[in-house]
Amino acid sequence: MPADGGIGAPNKRREDVRFLTGKGKYTDDLNRPGQAHVIFVRSQVAHGNLTAVNTDEAAAMPGVIRIFTGADFAEVGGLPCGWQVTDRHGEPMQEPAHPVLAQGKVRHVGDAIAAVVAETADQARDAAEAVEVEIDELPAVVDMKAALAADAPKVHDDLSSNLCYDWGFVEENKAAVEEAFANAAHVTTLELVNNRLIANPMEPRVAIGDYDAAGGDSTLYTTSQNPHVIRLLMGAFVLGIPEHKLRVVAPDVGGGFGSKIFHYAEEAFCTFAAKALERPVKWTSTRSEAFITDAHGRDHVTTIQLALDADNNFTAIRTDTHANMGAYLSTFAPSVPTWLHGTLMAGNYRTPLIYVNVKAVFTNTVPVDAYRGAGRPEATFQLERVIDKAARELGVDPIALRRQNFITEFPYATPVAVEYDTGNYVATMDKLEEIADLAGFDARRAESAAKGKLRGLGVNCYIEACGIAPSNLVGQLGARAGLYESATVRVNATGGLVVMTGSHSHGQGHETAFPQVVADMIGIDPSMVEIVHGDTANTPMGMGTYGSRSLAVGGSAMVRATEKIIAKAKKIAAHLMEAAEGDIELKDGQFSVAGTDKSVAWGDVTLAAYVPHNYPLEDIEPGLEETAFYDPANFTYPAGAYACEVEVDPDTGKVTIERFSAADDFGNIVNPMIVDGQVHGGLGQGIGQALLEHAVYDEDGQLLSGSYMDYAMPRADDVPFYTVDHSCQTPCTHNPLGVKGCGEAGAIGSPPAVVNAVVDALRSAGHDVTHIDMPLSPHRVWQAMQA
Amino acid sequence: MYEFDIEKPSTIDEAVAALASDEAQALGGGQTLIPTLKQRLAAPGVLVSLGGIDALKGIRPEGDTLVIGAGTCHADVAADGTIPALSALAAGIGDPAVRNRGTIGGSLANNDPSACYPAGVLGLGATVVTNQREIGAGDFFTGLFETALEDGEIITAVKLPRPEAAAYVKFEQPASRFALVGVFVSRTGTEVRVAVTGASEDGVFRWTEAEAALSANFAPDALDGMSPDGDMISDIHGSAEYRAHLVAVLTKRAVAAC
Repeated sequence: MPADGGIGAPNKRREDVRFLTGKGKYTDDLNRPGQAHVIFVRSQVAHGNLTAVNTDEAAAMPGVIRIFTGADFAEVGGLPCGWQVTDRHGEPMQEPAHPVLAQGKVRHVGDAIAAVVAETADQARDAAEAVEVEIDELPAVVDMKAALAADAPKVHDDLSSNLCYDWGFVEENKAAVEEAFANAAHVTTLELVNNRLIANPMEPRVAIGDYDAAGGDSTLYTTSQNPHVIRLLMGAFVLGIPEHKLRVVAPDVGGGFGSKIFHYAEEAFCTFAAKALERPVKWTSTRSEAFITDAHGRDHVTTIQLALDADNNFTAIRTDTHANMGAYLSTFAPSVPTWLHGTLMAGNYRTPLIYVNVKAVFTNTVPVDAYRGAGRPEATFQLERVIDKAARELGVDPIALRRQNFITEFPYATPVAVEYDTGNYVATMDKLEEIADLAGFDARRAESAAKGKLRGLGVNCYIEACGIAPSNLVGQLGARAGLYESATVRVNATGGLVVMTGSHSHGQGHETAFPQVVADMIGIDPSMVEIVHGDTANTPMGMGTYGSRSLAVGGSAMVRATEKIIAKAKKIAAHLMEAAEGDIELKDGQFSVAGTDKSVAWGDVTLAAYVPHNYPLEDIEPGLEETAFYDPANFTYPAGAYACEVEVDPDTGKVTIERFSAADDFGNIVNPMIVDGQVHGGLGQGIGQALLEHAVYDEDGQLLSGSYMDYAMPRADDVPFYTVDHSCQTPCTHNPLGVKGCGEAGAIGSPPAVVNAVVDALRSAGHDVTHIDMPLSPHRVWQAMQA
Repeated sequence: MYEFDIEKPSTIDEAVAALASDEAQALGGGQTLIPTLKQRLAAPGVLVSLGGIDALKGIRPEGDTLVIGAGTCHADVAADGTIPALSALAAGIGDPAVRNRGTIGGSLANNDPSACYPAGVLGLGATVVTNQREIGAGDFFTGLFETALEDGEIITAVKLPRPEAAAYVKFEQPASRFALVGVFVSRTGTEVRVAVTGASEDGVFRWTEAEAALSANFAPDALDGMSPDGDMISDIHGSAEYRAHLVAVLTKRAVAAC
C-alpha cells in the first residue's frame, strides 16, 4: 500500500478537486460580518509633490464611512525592507521611507494617496473619484542610467542620489579579474537587457482587516505566500501589534510567482483601518490596479564579459548590472540583484575569477522585487548568452565549449561564495542530447527551410540555488529574517495525521506531496495525512514559500518532526509488546519486535497514546504531537540543460517554438507528476519572458503595457509540447530527503535557450545577429534581420 | 461600472426611440462596450440593448449577395461558409466567448482600427444598411473609431457581394491578438480590392496601388517592391515601417491564398 503512494509516486493532486470544481476558498471569497470596502485613490502621474488632498465632497457622498489620507499615517511606520545590502565601500544601502499612504510626494503611477472606506465597493469607488488631488508634477526618472546622472531629479529628496547601492562581489577579486582579462586570449562582451515583467497571478491581491475590540485582536486575511512573515513585518514595523494579538490568514492563494511574498501597503491599511473603524475592511485589487501596484520583476541592464585562454578555458567573468528598484524598496528587493544573482555567476562552469558589480537604482516606477527565479534567471541569462556568443566568435560548438568548462568534481567551491554539494552536468547534457534528438536537428532544419522558415537550435545549462539558507549565513549577508522552516505533526488517536507547516501552498501541490513524505516514513497511506497551512493561528512560525524551498526546507522540517513521532511511537510500541525499545521496527505501518512475530499496528500505538490505560506514564507523556524547525546547512543546487528549437518566419519575424526539451537534476523526486507540472509552468513563464512579456514605461513614467491588451501573457498555443526528463538525480547531500527544488528551474533555464535558438536561426540565413533583447517580438526579430 | 438603466427593445423602431435620449448608448454584443463600462471609461445613462431585435439577426443569400443581420454574432458568420474568407475572418476574432457575443454590426459601428470586420466589409465592397439608408463601405469608415453613422442611426444589416475569390490574412498583435495588421483581398473578374486594417493612423483603408497592380496581374509577385503610403501606426508592438512591411507581406499571402 505505501509503496504506491509514498515518495516517488505520481499521485494526482488532491487539492485540484476543489480548484478545478470552483470550490477553492480564496481571500475574495471571504466576507466578514459588517464588512466595509476600501478603494484607493492612486497617483496618475509618476512623480510630483502632493500639494493638496481635498476629501470634503467625497466624504459627504452616500455610504462613505471615512476617508484616510497620508496625514492619518504620519505617525505610523512605513513598510520595512527585509534585506540590507552593504555596498562595495562597506556602507549600508540607501533605504528610503515607504509610507502606507503618500507623504507629501508621489513616486510612481499607482502610488496610493488616499483610501476611501464605504459601505460598498461601488460607493467607495464613486467617492474616490470625488477626492480632489493636487499634484505639482515633477520630471520623472525612468531610465536607470539617466537616473544616476548628477542632475537627475531625485525620487527621494532625502537621499543623496537615486543610487540605492553600488555592490561589488567579490570585491577582493576585482584586481585579479582585471588582470585575467588583460591576459586573456579572447574576450567576449555582450550587452543585454533582462526585461521587466509583471507576475500576473490569476488571483489578484486581496486584503481583509478585521478587529475584535473585545479582545483587542487583529486579523488580516491576505493573498500571501508567507503569512508569518507578513505578521512579523507588519506587526513589528508598521502597526506595532505584537504577534500574539495579530493573526494572518492566507487561505487558498491563486498563484504568486514571488509577487505575493512581499508586505504591501494595502495589507497594513486594511488592518489599521479595521481597528480605527472597528469594522472589517476589505480591499480587492482590480486587474488594472495589479499592473501598477504588484511588485514587478527583473529589469536589469547588463554588460557581461567572458575571458578565455588560448585553449578556450574560461578564465574570468566580469559583469556590470544596473538593477531597477522602482520607487521604493519592496520587501526583499535589494537581495535579488545581489545575493540571489551574484552568487550564481559561476553557473555550471569552472571559472576561477568572477567579479560582479550591481548598481541598484531608484526610478519613478512600480517597485521591483523577486519574480520566479529572482536573480538566478538574470545570472543564467547573461552567462549562457555570453557563452553562446563566445562559441560563435571562436568558431567552436557551443555545447562542446560548455562541456569543456563544466565543473566535474563535487563539492565545488565557486569564486562567488557558494559551494555546490552535488551535480553531474555531463550527465544532464548527455540526457538532453538524447531526449532533444539533437542528432536529428539538421534534418528538421531542412524541413523548415522547405517551408520557407528559418530553424534555429539553442542549448544552454543553468544552475540555481534553492532552499535559501542557512539563517546564520543569510543574516551575515543582510537578511533581516531567518530562513528555516517548521512543521508540527499531530497524530490523532485513530492514527490519522495533521501536519501543520510554515510553508505555504499557492499552486505547488503541497497538500499532495507533503503527505507522501510523512506517509512513506510511517508506512501508511498518504490519505491518512492532512496538511494545514496558511494561518498563523494554527501553524508554527514559518518563513513561507518562495525560492523553490518548500520541500527542501519545509519537507525536511516535516521529516524531523515525523522522526520524533516515530521515536516516541516506538517507545509506546515497546511498552505494548513488552520489548526493548531498540528492538522495535516500523514497516508498512506495523511495529514489530525484531526477530519475533510480535507486532502492533500504527493505530494501536496512536490509540494508546491518547487512551493511555496501558502506557508507560512514568516515562513518557501521553499524546503524539511533535514540532521541528529545520535550518539547512547550505542551499540546494538544482541544475540542468535545456534545448529549444524555433522556427522564424523570415518575412514577419514571428518566432514559433517547435520543440523544447528539459533535462533537470532535482535530486530525489517525491511526486514526479507535480515536478513535471512545475517544470512545464516554469518553462511557460520563461518562454513568456523570452517571446512575449514586457512591462514598458514611457519617458513620463506611464505604464504603456498596463493591461492585457498590451502586456502579452503566454497562452497555450505559444508553447510547445515539452519533453521533460528528471532521471538524472544527484541527491542533495545535506537535507534528509536529498531533494533540491524544482519550482523555478523552467523559468531560469528557458529564456537563454529561446534567444540562443533565434540567434542561431537568423545566423543560419546569413544575418549577422549576435543578440536580440527580450521579448523577441516579431517586430524586434524583423528589425534584427533588417540590420 | 457606473449605474445605468437598460432597455431591451424588440423592434428597430423601439430601439430608435430609446436611443433618442442624449444619455442613451446602443449595446450590441458588448465585447468592447462592457469592458469600457467596467473600467468606468464611459457613463451612458441608458444602455439600449439591440440583442432582443429578431429583425437584426440571421444570414441569408439574396442573389449574388449575402445579407448578414447586424446582430449576428461572429460564431454564426464563422459557421456560415457562403463567403469562406469572411467566415474565416470571423472565426479568427477573439476567443469563443467573444465570437458568441460580439456582433458584426457592433464591430462595424465601433470601427476599432485593429478590428477585422472593417477589412472584410471594405475588401468585399459591401454595403452597410441602416434604419435610414444604405452606405457603401468606402463611405462608411471615416477614421479611427469614426463612421458615417448619424445619431439615432442603427446598422441593420450588411450586404456582401460574393467574390470569385477572397482571402483574409491577419498578423496578430501578441498581447491583444487583434490585428497588428490584417489584409483582406477579393477578386471578381479583374476587379481587385485590397483592404487593410490595423496599420493606418486613419483606420481601415484600401491599398489602391496594390489593387491596380493586382488587377493587371493577380499574383503575389505583382506586388514586389511595393509598400503602402500614408501614416502607419507606431506603438510598442511595431513601428510604422514594420507595419508597412507587414501590409505588403500579408497582401501577397492573401493573394496567394485566393
